[in-house]
Amino acid sequence: MRKVSAFNLATLVLGMAFLYLPIAVLVIYSFNASQLVAVWGGWSLRWYAALIDDAALVESAFISIRLALVSASAATLLGTLAALALARFHRFRGRLLFAGMIYAPLVMPEVITGLSLLLLFVAMAVDRGFWTVAIAHTTTAMCFVTMIVQARLVDFDVSLEEAAMDLGAPPLRTFLSVTLPLILPAVVAAWMLAFALSLDDLVIASFTTGPGATTLPIRIYSQVRLGVKPEMNAVCSIMVGVVGIAVIAAGVLAKLSAARGAARPPR
Amino acid sequence: MFAGRRRSFWQKLVVRIPYAWLVAFFLAPFLIVIKISLSQTAVAQPPYSPRLVLGAGWPGLRAFLASLTLDNYRLLGSDSLYLLSYVKSLEIAAFSTLILLVLGYPIAYAIARTPRRWQGVLVLLTVLPFWTSLLIRIYAWMNILQRDGPLNHVLMALSIVREPPAWLASDTAVYIGIVYSYLPFMVLPLYAALEKLDDTLLEAAADLGCTRWKIFWLVTLPLSSSGMVAGMLLCFIPIVGEFVIPDLLGGSQSPMIGQTIWMEFFGNRDWPAASAVAVVLVCLLVTPLVVYQHQALRAAGRE
Repeated sequence: MRKVSAFNLATLVLGMAFLYLPIAVLVIYSFNASQLVAVWGGWSLRWYAALIDDAALVESAFISIRLALVSASAATLLGTLAALALARFHRFRGRLLFAGMIYAPLVMPEVITGLSLLLLFVAMAVDRGFWTVAIAHTTTAMCFVTMIVQARLVDFDVSLEEAAMDLGAPPLRTFLSVTLPLILPAVVAAWMLAFALSLDDLVIASFTTGPGATTLPIRIYSQVRLGVKPEMNAVCSIMVGVVGIAVIAAGVLAKLSAARGAARPPR
Repeated sequence: MFAGRRRSFWQKLVVRIPYAWLVAFFLAPFLIVIKISLSQTAVAQPPYSPRLVLGAGWPGLRAFLASLTLDNYRLLGSDSLYLLSYVKSLEIAAFSTLILLVLGYPIAYAIARTPRRWQGVLVLLTVLPFWTSLLIRIYAWMNILQRDGPLNHVLMALSIVREPPAWLASDTAVYIGIVYSYLPFMVLPLYAALEKLDDTLLEAAADLGCTRWKIFWLVTLPLSSSGMVAGMLLCFIPIVGEFVIPDLLGGSQSPMIGQTIWMEFFGNRDWPAASAVAVVLVCLLVTPLVVYQHQALRAAGRE
């Protein structure tokens, strides 16, 4: 077994401290009883209690959750289809353009994605609101879904699918009873990441939203622009908690997926 | 699974549905941005002209094409505001990518040197903060960096400074925010390259009399260059277009290009100018990618 040198250990400790201390400070300060953000006034849940009375904030939270549910589901469906297309159909017209459109949104600055979608909605004279943001989030998240599901599809044994087809299963049946169960953990993990992406997004939502669809990040942003507020510490801490749990669950699922892949039958 | 067989209607749908979606909501919007960047600002709703009216037929299309203009691009070249924000964005992206490389390399190296069974956990721990909202992570830093915040408390308590320095609304704060937010993007590709490194090569170098620094310099560093390039691209490209970090942590006097697009759009309602800024930004960002792809292909050809 390798030994960890003192230098490497120190690097790891400092690196992890740098990554986690700011979030820890935020969470600790969210329990601060003092009205002044920077003065410690003992432990208290008063800012969490204050959140429940903030009707606008609660409404935004529900909009954001609904939005994340809708766009994560649509993105998972579209992204899985795209992954199947890329991993299983090696030749079709416009494959290069298709692959380009899958990868491009991953490096495109959010400001430009948001701007271009808004211009599309304006050109089509669509009223902006919940559904335009949902379309925008679906578009960006589906590319992440495709990457994750495609990695899993490329990874597993194609002969399983071929065996099912040789035994007379039609393609749809093959997909439902062989392919889908094998890629399911990756699909679920991708759904969770799409959910987190939608819940987090500020820039694209700001461009594509309309009246009555103020998402939680937009509301938080309009508050924190003006400075640090104790209620915002509490909201952000809750979001850190929710996303943390979701990501850890996604990680566990991915592990399960890998374990299932390892247990494939011998050829 | 379906290769070599005639594809049924349903199988064609597997390709066509996501394809159509991306054409409608990724490609078409971008073409519209290009088109509007060639239009003129107008006091109307929507605030640009000409508008393409498909019902007008060929003469309408010709008139439309004739009234397109490059004025917005000329404006970009002549107004120093735009030039300055491009330069500022590239400068901040370049410096913070270098800082990220210097900070990320030792972390990736340390992860790759720990026993295998810890590596997965350490990688997960590195990525985890990335999944909490960028907005929240930047807000956490607003907490820490504020005038009577924890950082200044610590600095005062250790008597490193006498007066609490103002961290917020400065480039320093922007650099801190960027380095914090993008560290996972740098560490992961570096780790992926370092993890593959063959221990026997290091042993061979040691047997031949290399000191530890020389081994690092002559063996480890060159062999991890692919990870370094990937990490630098993964950081540099999105940092150039960053909006949230400079907006919340930076000063208002010299905006980055993402902020300029935002301001032109929401503040000045100059949609054609915002579109032109966006088109030029995409061209700026695509260039390093194309160069990278070209290099990667050449490297693959040599092997």
